Amino acid sequence: MALRKMLDDMEHHFTEGGRFQNWYALYEAVDTIFYSPGSVTRSTAHVRDGIDLKRIMITVWFATFPAMFYGMYNLGFQATDAMAVAGGSVEGWRGWLIETFGGYDASSLWHCFWYGAVFFLPIYAVTFVVGGFWEVLFAMKRGHEVNEGFFVTSILFALICPPDVPLWQVAMGISFGVVVGKEVFGGTGKNFLNPALTGRAFLYFAYPAQLSGDTVWVAVDGYTAATPLSIVASDGMAALSSQMSWMDAFMGAIPGSIGETSTLMILIGGAILLATRIASWRIVAGVFLGMFALSTLFNLVGSDTNPAFAMPWYWHLVTGGFAFGMIFMATDPVSAAMTNGGKWAFGILIGLMTVLIRVVNPAFPEGIMLAILFANLFAPLMDHFVVQANIKRRLARV
Amino acid sequence: MEELLSLFIRSIFIENMALAFFLGMCTFLAISKKIDAALGLGIAVIVVLTITVPVNNLIYKYLLADGALAWAGFPGVDLSFLGLLSYIGVIAAIVQILEMFLDKFVPALYNALGVFLPLITVNCAILGASLFMVERDYDFTESVVFGAGSGVGWALAIVALAGIREKLKYSDVPDGLQGLGITFVIVGLMSLGFMSFGGIDL
Repeated sequence: MALRKMLDDMEHHFTEGGRFQNWYALYEAVDTIFYSPGSVTRSTAHVRDGIDLKRIMITVWFATFPAMFYGMYNLGFQATDAMAVAGGSVEGWRGWLIETFGGYDASSLWHCFWYGAVFFLPIYAVTFVVGGFWEVLFAMKRGHEVNEGFFVTSILFALICPPDVPLWQVAMGISFGVVVGKEVFGGTGKNFLNPALTGRAFLYFAYPAQLSGDTVWVAVDGYTAATPLSIVASDGMAALSSQMSWMDAFMGAIPGSIGETSTLMILIGGAILLATRIASWRIVAGVFLGMFALSTLFNLVGSDTNPAFAMPWYWHLVTGGFAFGMIFMATDPVSAAMTNGGKWAFGILIGLMTVLIRVVNPAFPEGIMLAILFANLFAPLMDHFVVQANIKRRLARV
Repeated sequence: MEELLSLFIRSIFIENMALAFFLGMCTFLAISKKIDAALGLGIAVIVVLTITVPVNNLIYKYLLADGALAWAGFPGVDLSFLGLLSYIGVIAAIVQILEMFLDKFVPALYNALGVFLPLITVNCAILGASLFMVERDYDFTESVVFGAGSGVGWALAIVALAGIREKLKYSDVPDGLQGLGITFVIVGLMSLGFMSFGGIDL
């Protein structure tokens, strides 16, 4: 209770007329991390529930941890594995850190993990500091609360960056995502696009050289490693299965963005979210169904010129960001559809669009990011029609 | 047949009038506050485009293009400099007819659209579609498909925008950005989402 007392003693500095009243948002943020807010609903008709927005967001944050830790290990493993063949070392401060506390041994768990941490943690730190700066600035100037929604945005954004991304681009991306994707609309819960994906898409179109292609997926300078999806797009399924087994891709020992490679770890996080009902199972099921339906259709149709037509659904599931997008991105409660019928339609649209972009669009090997943004645009419309249909049905009953 | 289908899909998604070419912005921004009105306007634009593009195609092919008047005995005449004028005239006439039709038979929609129905005349998406038709050398069937596709694409975009703006009723936009400012931001973000089709070569 000493902490409670300390916070209470400090409070008068931050309220109206206090010395630090401009900083109230920060005080409030710290306070509500430790304690439930004391404010209650003053009028009738409200639902009591122990879980509030902050607890929801923190749960999502924890649910990404399996994917994050595995992603760090895998980042190091991919890089040191490539170095074992090609040789070389990392230059600069990263190299110093790696050599002082670890090394380049691909068979050592610690070496791989440390290597990954040296690349991932700076990305995450920059995301957190720059994004947090905007978040707090807007909270202070506009008088709303600093929200744990940003924890989720920041970790998701950091996990979908390629390992080699320059840090200043990380700062650009998260700034765009937080400011234009969310804060101009008034903060958490008022945006219509997923802020993490908005930032990532901005980076993708602004700096394609550092965010796509074959050289960015393994954190070794000049080393090229194609992601499974680009292998399939150029050389077909046979080339893919000769390079990796389905199990490799499912476990995650493949090159890719930091958090997206291991389907298994993502599904563990997903199980937590589904069990606690934070993520909507309808959306997840819809995304899966849409992907399953269209990829099976493409398998049946076949194509002589486009080898990606032959990619079966279980490969679509484990490659690229599909699992990560399905579990963590599509289920964002703010930008997804709100009604049950709308959720199904929203999910299915994402699944269909993902496979469509992966297979048909030669410009982008991966499609889930743009598919989710595209579906976000139509989510309010789907809700509208579901609600209208419901009104009509119930009026007919009167 | 396959070619026409791919032209249709392309004109809806890939070369979306509103979100890829940013045509027809004034009505796009002004009538997107309510989904129902947006839907009505979208349908009106589909109808107008499906009629005007083929009609303009005929006019271009048989009256204006270089040598088009050969059937009347003037093979050397090139009237294509009158193109802009004739297309706009055709569009204005057809919009006028549509307006009278709506006034008589669908008064609710007529009232909802208000002054913006006559303004479809100067909606650049409509004129733009006719000019694209000339530039890309579509034949009659293609111009029917292209007109309908562009209309559907534009309608889809405005209805989606209206949905988003209805949802954003509850948002808390900074003072300086309220109204049109935030709408511009939304439209920009929407075309980011529509980039997913960029590069598809049908």
